[in-house]
Amino acid sequence: METVTIKINGVSVSAPKGSTILEAARVAHIDIPTLCFLKEINEIGACRICVVEVKGARSLVASCVYPVNEGMEIWTNTPKVIDSRKKTLQLILSNHNKRCLSCVRSGNCELQSLSKELGVDNESLYSGEMTHSKIDDSAAHMIRDNSKCILCRRCTAVCEQVQSVGVIGANERGFETHIASPFGMGLGETSCVSCGQCIAVCPTGALAEKDAVDEVLAALADPDKHVVVQTAPSVRAALGEGFGLPIGTNVEGKMVSALRRLGFAQVFDTDFAADLTIIEEANELLDRVSKGGTLPLITSCSPGWVKYCEHYFPDMIDNMSTCKSPQQMFGAMLKTYYAEKNHIDPKKIVSVSVMPCTAKKFEIGRDHQSAAGVPDVDIAMTTRELVRMVERTGINFLELPDEEFDNPLGESTGASVIFGVSGGVMEAALRTAVWKLTGENPDSPIEFTEVRGMQGIKEASYDVAGLTVNVAVASGLKNAHDLLTKIKNGEANYQFVEIMGCPGGCINGGGQPIVDSKTRNFVDYRALRAKALYDEDASKDLRKSHDNPNIKKLYEEYLGTPGGHKAHETLHTKYVKRKIQ
Amino acid sequence: MGSQKKTVPFAGTKEQEAALLKMIAECKDEKGALMPILQKAQDIYGYLPREVQTIIAREMEVPLEKVYGVVTFYSQFSLYPKGRYKVSVCLGTACYVKGAGNIFDELQVLLGIEDGGCTEDGKFSLESCRCIGACGLAPVLMINDDVYGRLSINELSGILAKYE
Repeated sequence: METVTIKINGVSVSAPKGSTILEAARVAHIDIPTLCFLKEINEIGACRICVVEVKGARSLVASCVYPVNEGMEIWTNTPKVIDSRKKTLQLILSNHNKRCLSCVRSGNCELQSLSKELGVDNESLYSGEMTHSKIDDSAAHMIRDNSKCILCRRCTAVCEQVQSVGVIGANERGFETHIASPFGMGLGETSCVSCGQCIAVCPTGALAEKDAVDEVLAALADPDKHVVVQTAPSVRAALGEGFGLPIGTNVEGKMVSALRRLGFAQVFDTDFAADLTIIEEANELLDRVSKGGTLPLITSCSPGWVKYCEHYFPDMIDNMSTCKSPQQMFGAMLKTYYAEKNHIDPKKIVSVSVMPCTAKKFEIGRDHQSAAGVPDVDIAMTTRELVRMVERTGINFLELPDEEFDNPLGESTGASVIFGVSGGVMEAALRTAVWKLTGENPDSPIEFTEVRGMQGIKEASYDVAGLTVNVAVASGLKNAHDLLTKIKNGEANYQFVEIMGCPGGCINGGGQPIVDSKTRNFVDYRALRAKALYDEDASKDLRKSHDNPNIKKLYEEYLGTPGGHKAHETLHTKYVKRKIQ
Repeated sequence: MGSQKKTVPFAGTKEQEAALLKMIAECKDEKGALMPILQKAQDIYGYLPREVQTIIAREMEVPLEKVYGVVTFYSQFSLYPKGRYKVSVCLGTACYVKGAGNIFDELQVLLGIEDGGCTEDGKFSLESCRCIGACGLAPVLMINDDVYGRLSINELSGILAKYE
């Protein structure tokens, strides 16, 4: 690697050629504050918080986009620099709703941290007129409060460039500038796919999921309700971050423990339904291959991706698996199988889910998601909401003992755990498809490492029992867009495709604990969370969905055969064509 | 927000749409094509209503928001057509201190439209402007080429009534 030698604050530093001052400073153990900058997503040098002095430059420069050159001399913390940052921050704060006390982001707000670091706290400086704004709560999954927006454009960049959606942008100009959808449409009227990536990158409390904490607490306090919870695989890989644990800590045991203490009648695992999804989806794949059905079959676990397909590739909705997502399959089994077995009226069951995802809040309200005549899932919460709920109820999460899920809907295999990572559903399905095609069930090999990793698009080809299976995996909707375009143009021939709405899969879902930009820009937090799930998979005795004894029992006692009549009634769904707007 | 202003229903012709599509096809592959396309589209229609922006977004394969963001950024682009009678109220310093702000507010009430809007019958459009060089007559408004000065609020409905 070619390097250049520069001086930062008088200290000689060797930095990779082409790196920015921000990156080079990091090598020298100096953090330069940033606000609008998100590596590879929003590199616009607009907010001016990251300014530094460069010898010979006429004015302060934005270190996030300014490349280093041989012999460059940089000062990152002179009075001139700090004064400039303070002024910038004061101007931002002058148009910011500073009701921080119970703001959803209080404690992990980047604006708040900066104010503290720079010692900017004079309220009287900021008492002028503010841009008028209205709260947009038209979408099922989130709220936009522009009074807290600092116009950094991180949300619009992620929406357009990473997700290929682009339903929000900067409208009007000057003092009237605001981030919104065109023609005054509420987000809920647009072709927003509910992925929540905008929330995940927002530095302040301008964007947040619709909070269901109080609703769940009220249900738990109602003696007439039977409140049951399920948790998605990737929640356990990130929940700990909300309590200060390092990224990638698997807190499954403490999570179960906390949910039990919150008063849920049963604490179940969405992984059980992920195993069920694999049985149904592998069956559907082999059925389509043998009967000449629509191929490639594309997974339907990610509701952000499903909605994207409906809006942006409506002519490909027949490619999507008719399988409900694991969340919905779980809810369906809870309100039919579990309710019948335990003689509970499904109307008295409150089916709660904890998900890494904001699109799950949209999914629970979709049509054809009510196996028992009532919604399969009543309340979908994000990982972040669970953190809040635990905090509000005074449960000391870090000191909890590890506990295990309840059964029968808590049993799961390693295959289902990796659902939370891009490539995981593919790998889990392949493990079962190989067994179905060959009739053999060896202990190994069961790992399909070609579909692992954080690349946006992954391809592989496998020979199974004389059949060549071409597969592709995409995560992040821009990647999905590119892959689907290739398929549509006949440039690729796959039998099975996995698509996840969020880059890296559910571990990086829009409902996961916020990772601040300082960490995002320098740490591969997605890979760390993914590792927690792959480690759990490797440590499990059962690693293939079809080996889950409770799944076998479910088919024997209730569902009959995979893809059979009962399974179709309860576990499959329909899609609709939607417009772009 | 702009979209909530009252306006005339869109009445684009087939000829206008054909001209728009032809123009977009000619321009869209050039770098930075959106601005010239918007300017030419405004030449064709006189303004840039949602229907026209939707066609531009579709043909250029960009999100509608991208088009709308640019249109609302530049004051030369208009989301609304002008009325047969264009009412301009001077909000320059001299007129403003003589109460032009109240005149402007009253006109919004009388016409039922906001700054930049147009009545649904296409008769009046309303906009604020800066000094028109008649400070001695402040506060001043213009309706097309007619100038009205030394105005008071209670004269306004009488002035509007002169037009048809």
